[in-house]
Amino acid sequence: MTINTMAKGGWQREQMICFRMMEKMIVAMQDPDMGMKLRNQRLLITVIPHAMTGHDIIIWLIHKYSVCEEEALHLGGMLVKYGYIYPLKEPRSLVLQPDESPYRFQTPYFWTSTRWPASELDYAIYLAKKNIRKQGELMEYEKERYSLLHKKINHTWDFVVMQAREQLRASKQRRKADRIVLECQEQAYWLINRPPPGVHNMLDVGLERQNNFNLRATLNSDFYKNEIEVYRRALGRNRVKSSICLEGVPVPTRLRVERWSFSFMELLNDAMGRQEFMLYLEKEFSAENLYFWQACEEIRHGESSKIVEKVEEVYKNFLAPGAARWVNIDSKTMDKTLEGIKQPHRFVLDDAQMHIYFLMKKDSYPRYLKSDLYKNMLAKAIVPQETKKSVFPFMRRQRHSSPSPAQAVAQVTEEEGRHKGAG
Amino acid sequence: MRSPLSPEMATQEVPLNETLAHLKTESETLKLKLEEERAKLHDVELHQVAEKVEGLGQFVMKTRRTLKGHGNKVLCMDWCKDKRRIVSSSQDGKVIVWDAFTTNKEHAVTMPCTWVMACAYAPSGCAVACGGLDNKCSVYPLSLDKNENLAAKKKSVAMHTNYLSACSFTNSDMQILTSSGDGTCALWDVESGQLLQSFHGHAADVLCLDLAPSETGNTFVSGGCDKKANVWDMRSGQCIQSFETHESDINSVRYYPSGDAFASGSDDATCRLYDLRADREVAIYSKESIIFGVSSVDFSLSGRLLFGGYNDYTINVWDVLKGTRVSILFGHENRVSTLRVSPDGTAFCTGSWDHTLRVWILMC
Repeated sequence: MTINTMAKGGWQREQMICFRMMEKMIVAMQDPDMGMKLRNQRLLITVIPHAMTGHDIIIWLIHKYSVCEEEALHLGGMLVKYGYIYPLKEPRSLVLQPDESPYRFQTPYFWTSTRWPASELDYAIYLAKKNIRKQGELMEYEKERYSLLHKKINHTWDFVVMQAREQLRASKQRRKADRIVLECQEQAYWLINRPPPGVHNMLDVGLERQNNFNLRATLNSDFYKNEIEVYRRALGRNRVKSSICLEGVPVPTRLRVERWSFSFMELLNDAMGRQEFMLYLEKEFSAENLYFWQACEEIRHGESSKIVEKVEEVYKNFLAPGAARWVNIDSKTMDKTLEGIKQPHRFVLDDAQMHIYFLMKKDSYPRYLKSDLYKNMLAKAIVPQETKKSVFPFMRRQRHSSPSPAQAVAQVTEEEGRHKGAG
Repeated sequence: MRSPLSPEMATQEVPLNETLAHLKTESETLKLKLEEERAKLHDVELHQVAEKVEGLGQFVMKTRRTLKGHGNKVLCMDWCKDKRRIVSSSQDGKVIVWDAFTTNKEHAVTMPCTWVMACAYAPSGCAVACGGLDNKCSVYPLSLDKNENLAAKKKSVAMHTNYLSACSFTNSDMQILTSSGDGTCALWDVESGQLLQSFHGHAADVLCLDLAPSETGNTFVSGGCDKKANVWDMRSGQCIQSFETHESDINSVRYYPSGDAFASGSDDATCRLYDLRADREVAIYSKESIIFGVSSVDFSLSGRLLFGGYNDYTINVWDVLKGTRVSILFGHENRVSTLRVSPDGTAFCTGSWDHTLRVWILMC
C-alpha cells in the first residue's frame, strides 16, 4: 500500500489551516502601523533594506501575544522553520537567533503554500543555476540530487539549462542588494521544500487522511436519512440550562458544602446546593415542591410582561386538579391562591410559595442533611490535587523492576494449579 | 374507485437525485433548528461561573523520564493500570512495552505493517492491542518468557476497510472498541473476533475515541475528519448526541472525569469542552499565539486541568474552568502525537515524532 504524504488533496486540508494562520501572523507583523519596524541591515559591504533583527522579532511577539520570551522564541522559530522569515547571515540555517542577526520576510511568491507543490523542474533549474554560477557551490547532497534529476528528466535537460542561464543573465542586471535578497529567498524556499538529509521535513504531515466529504458513494440517501434521525432525536432531548450544568462541574470546597447545613436559605441560594437537594427530593418523590418554589421565584424576579403567562403555567403544572406536579398546599391557602390568580400579579403566589418553603424546611431539609447523598458530597469535597504537595513515584529513579501484571496472574494460576493437583 | 396513482407509485416517479437534495435540505434545516434549541438554554458562560473559583497559582512541570528506543515517529501510547507500565507504537511498526519507572523495555513486537497508529493496554495488564495500516486490531498476550516470540500468540480481532486510528478495551479484556479511516467505529469480542456492534454516522475518517467512565453507562465519544464529535450508545449502535463546532479535523477526544462532559482537540488549534447535559459546547481553549493543531488531549485526575499535545512540539496546559492557559511545556523536538495522564494522576506521558516518549510530573 503506497503512502502518498504529499498528495495535493490530503496536504491541502491538513497543512492549509496552519499555513493560513502563520500567514495571518506574518501579515500582522508587516502591518504599517502596528507591525515591525524594519531598517537597513549591513551584510559585509552590501546594505540590505527592510530587514530586522532576531531580537526585534522576539520583542514584537512578546508584546503582540502577551507571551514570555521562551514562547516568543519558539513561535518565531516556527515561522523561520516554515520559511516565512529567513536569515541573511548563515542563510542555510533556518533558526531564529535571539540577537542582532538579520532576518527578512519571505516574499509571498516563495511561500510554500503559494507554489505548492514544488516541482521537479523548478528544482532542477535552481540546482543548475547554482552549478553554473559557481563551480563547487552545490553541496554534496545537492550534487547527488542534481545527477538523479538529470537522469530522470533527461528529455527536458536542454530546457533546464536554458532557463537557468536565462535567469542568471537577468539577475546579473540587478543591483547587488536585490541579487543577494533573491538568492536568499530562493534558497530558503528550497531548504524547506527539498530539505537536506538529516533535517526535519517541515512539510511532512504523516499519513494522509482521505477526504471523503464529496464522495458520492458516502453521502447517499441512507447517510442523510441517518443524520435526520440523529437530529430529530437530538431535538427531542431534555436539555439542562447551562447555569445548572456548569455549576456542577467544579468539585465544591468543603466550606461550601458545609454552608448548606447552616440554613435552608443558604442551601437554596447556592445553585449547586439547590441542584443536590433536587436530586435528593427526586429520590423521595417530592421534587415538585422545589420545582414549584423555583417557578414562583421566577415570577417574583422575572419580566413583568411574562407574569401572566408564567402564572398560567404554574397553575397548569402545579395547582390544577390532576396536575402533573401537583403540590400539597393546605385548602385555605389553595383557595386563596386560586382566587388570586384570576388577577395575576408578581406576588400572587407568595402565600403558596411560603407554605411549600416551610414544608421543605421542616421536613425534607433536615432529612437531606442526614442523608448519604449529603454526607458523600461532604466527603468528596476536597482541595484540588493540583495544589497538594506530595511525593510522586517518578521523583526517584527506580532501580528494581516490579512484577508485571502478567506475572502476578501467572503466579496465581500456578498456585491454583498446584492446589488442584494436591487436592 | 381507487386512484391508479397510489402514494407508493407516486414516489417512484420522483427522480433519485431530487430525493437526495430534499434529504440534504431537510438534514440541514434540522441541524439549524437544533443549534437554536441548544442556544436557548445557554444562560451563562463557563468562565463566568468560574469567577468565584480560586485561581490555580504557579506550578512547574518537568520531564522526569525519557524513553528512547523507537526508531521512528511515536504515534500512540497507553498506560497500564499498574501506573508504571506503558505501551507505545510507532511508524516503523514497532510496539514496545516499557517500565516507565526504570525506563526498561519489557516487551517488543514488530507488526507486519507500518504506521501503528493505535495501541492500548488491557485492563488486566496481561495483553496489549494495536493496529494501523493493516486495517486490523490485534491482541498480543504479554508473555513472561522473554525468549518467546510474542507475535506467535497474536490474535486478530478487528477488521476494518481502512486504517485503524484508535482502539480501546472496554471494562474487561474481553471487548475492544475501534475507530477507523473507513468512517466507522466498531465493538468486537476479543475471544471470537466477532463484530458485536458497528457505529455509522461519521462522513469521513474517524480519528479518535474515548469510553465514558464506567459509572456513567455504556457510551463512548468519537471524533473525525468531518469535524464532528459523536456520542454513541454502545448497545444500540445509535448516535445519541452530535457536536459540530470545530473548524477542522478532530484528532483527540477525552471524557471529563465525571462523565458529564468531554474535551476535544483539533487541527484548528483549539481544544473545546462539550457538556452532555447542556448538549452544547461550553468552552474553547485557544490563544492567538497558538496556531498549530492539537494532536492529543487528556484531563488531570480532578478534571481541573486539560493537557494538550500540539503539532508545534509543545504541550499547553489549560485551566478547564477559567479557560486560561496556565503553562506551556517545551522539550520535544518534533510534533507531540500522543498524551495520556497516568491512572493515578501523578504524571503524564507524551509521545512524539522525535522518536521519544517523555514522562512529566508536577513539581510544587
